[in-house]
Amino acid sequence: MLLEALTLSAGHNAAVVVLGTAAFGLAAGAVGAFALLRGRVLIADAAAHAALPGVVGAFLVALLFGWNPRGSPVLLAGAALAAAGGVLAIQALATGGRLKDDAAMAVVLSVGFGLGMVLLSVVQRLPIGGQAGLKGFILGQAAGMLAGDAVAAGALALCALLLLGLLYRPLALLCFDADFAATLGLPVRGLDLALHALTLAVVVVGLGAVGALMVVGLMVIPAATARLVSSRLAPMIVLSALFAAASAWVGAALSAARAGLPTGATIVLVASALFAAALLFAPRRGLVAAALRRAERWKKTKTPGGVAEPPAGGSERSRR
Amino acid sequence: MTTFLQLAFVPLAAAVLSCLACGLVGNLLVLTRQSLLGDAISHAVLPGLVLAFWLSGSRDPLPMVAGAAAAALVATGGIGLVRSAAQLEAGATMGVVFSAMFAFGLVLIELTGASSVDLDIDCVLSGQLETLIWPAAEGLASLVDPAALAQLPRELWTLVAALALVLAAFAALWKELRLVAFDPDFAAAIGFAPRSLSLLVLLLTAIATVAAFWAVGTILAIAALVAPAACARLLTDRYGAQIALSIATAATMGAGGYGASALLPPVLGLNGLNAAGLIAVTAGLLVTLSAFARSRRAARLGA
Repeated sequence: MLLEALTLSAGHNAAVVVLGTAAFGLAAGAVGAFALLRGRVLIADAAAHAALPGVVGAFLVALLFGWNPRGSPVLLAGAALAAAGGVLAIQALATGGRLKDDAAMAVVLSVGFGLGMVLLSVVQRLPIGGQAGLKGFILGQAAGMLAGDAVAAGALALCALLLLGLLYRPLALLCFDADFAATLGLPVRGLDLALHALTLAVVVVGLGAVGALMVVGLMVIPAATARLVSSRLAPMIVLSALFAAASAWVGAALSAARAGLPTGATIVLVASALFAAALLFAPRRGLVAAALRRAERWKKTKTPGGVAEPPAGGSERSRR
Repeated sequence: MTTFLQLAFVPLAAAVLSCLACGLVGNLLVLTRQSLLGDAISHAVLPGLVLAFWLSGSRDPLPMVAGAAAAALVATGGIGLVRSAAQLEAGATMGVVFSAMFAFGLVLIELTGASSVDLDIDCVLSGQLETLIWPAAEGLASLVDPAALAQLPRELWTLVAALALVLAAFAALWKELRLVAFDPDFAAAIGFAPRSLSLLVLLLTAIATVAAFWAVGTILAIAALVAPAACARLLTDRYGAQIALSIATAATMGAGGYGASALLPPVLGLNGLNAAGLIAVTAGLLVTLSAFARSRRAARLGA
């Protein structure tokens, strides 16, 4: 079953789910790497939590107006509005400097999520059908993904990669030295806004696939893994996108093969396993490499002919 | 009265107690700009809770607290390790560690079969206030009747114990915590054990999070941790007033949120509202009100 899901031969639906989440992973990994370098990861987390009441609210509004409440565009529009509102609320709370960013983020994140749970409890007790799927927006329910959602995820991935490709040089400058980028005359605010917009787009599309609580995991963990493996920007972005896509592929297949495993959590766990491997075995920054380097230095200072026995003529000092 | 005691008393008390325990600890987090540590810890304790529940086969408070504290220590160790290896800023490092541990906890719930007993994902997301009932209560006399009190849900006693621990820590270390909260740099400069105190803050956070777990779940525990201290921070500069205001806010959000979930649905013609969510929403309202009060006062002083 797992092998079939991994190789896309477990039926049309499963294949759609796996391909759709993998495409989303590409976008999340690439955008996540930039967000990580610009220090915007936790804002993405807060926005994802705050998007939940938007989804459920949009469902209620759609019911009220008699639209199809399961139509993804309506729900996604609600999510986007609420996520943007969450970001604005964080900025409003943190202006004045009394509350720091971190407290503002924590408040918006938890209150937004709480509002989502309240609205969800309203919807779940309505005498209608179709609301069961809403819970998937919390922890991800890729199994509920339709062909249309998978296409949307693919389109997002394409757009995000195109935009990142076009803006690669200015964004790279922005991430490494915003002040220098400003002195070069780059539109720092505009670039930040573009990065914000891309991040929100990933968060909103990610709600359906991996869930509000797990989006941040798929944005930050592969990016951190890539950073452990490579210290140059271009390879880091590419690796981050590939790690995220691979985690999404394997995680979605695993959760399809074993009923009950929440998709988002499984995907993030696969990404974490990759991260743990990189933390141990990365060529330069890995713990094993660091331990080997330490052992090497230790041996050099201990072996005869080294510092311990200078007269042999091999040491720096005697040569001078 | 009997109906109130049987159905509403315990959840109301649990809501207030968990908000108080979290809100008090939250002062230490908000004042030291570590609010996100509360966020990280409340996510990261989940695997510890699930493993403790799985190994002990019960919801006994001691193994739960031990599991959560162990997970909190693993999380802080992990954050330090990742920070030095990957050279990332603090927020991103926390994001990596707490997402990974939270995901691990959620998957563990499914794999250990805990979900079929009584630790399921809904509980993680929004607590179990509604399930805390006291069927043995019969009138006010039950409040002083040992036999009836013995029938109170154990979670309530866990909460009482957690709050007592937090209060004891504040009472014993009032001055020390004040120094750490308001001037950590000065505290470090005069060689004042900041390391053991930050460990204490970590443990208190873990304890408060466990206490809040059964009442409001892990995500909404963040509201209980941060919102009371944030309200107080917006309204006062003084340490004593900060603590007092945070206590008042915590009690208001717990009682108000639970009260709203009990009283609003009939008025609105709904079948019921999620109590934990309403507690967080009340917290949001209180923070908004405090921010308004602050900006109005600033406007008045400026004019």
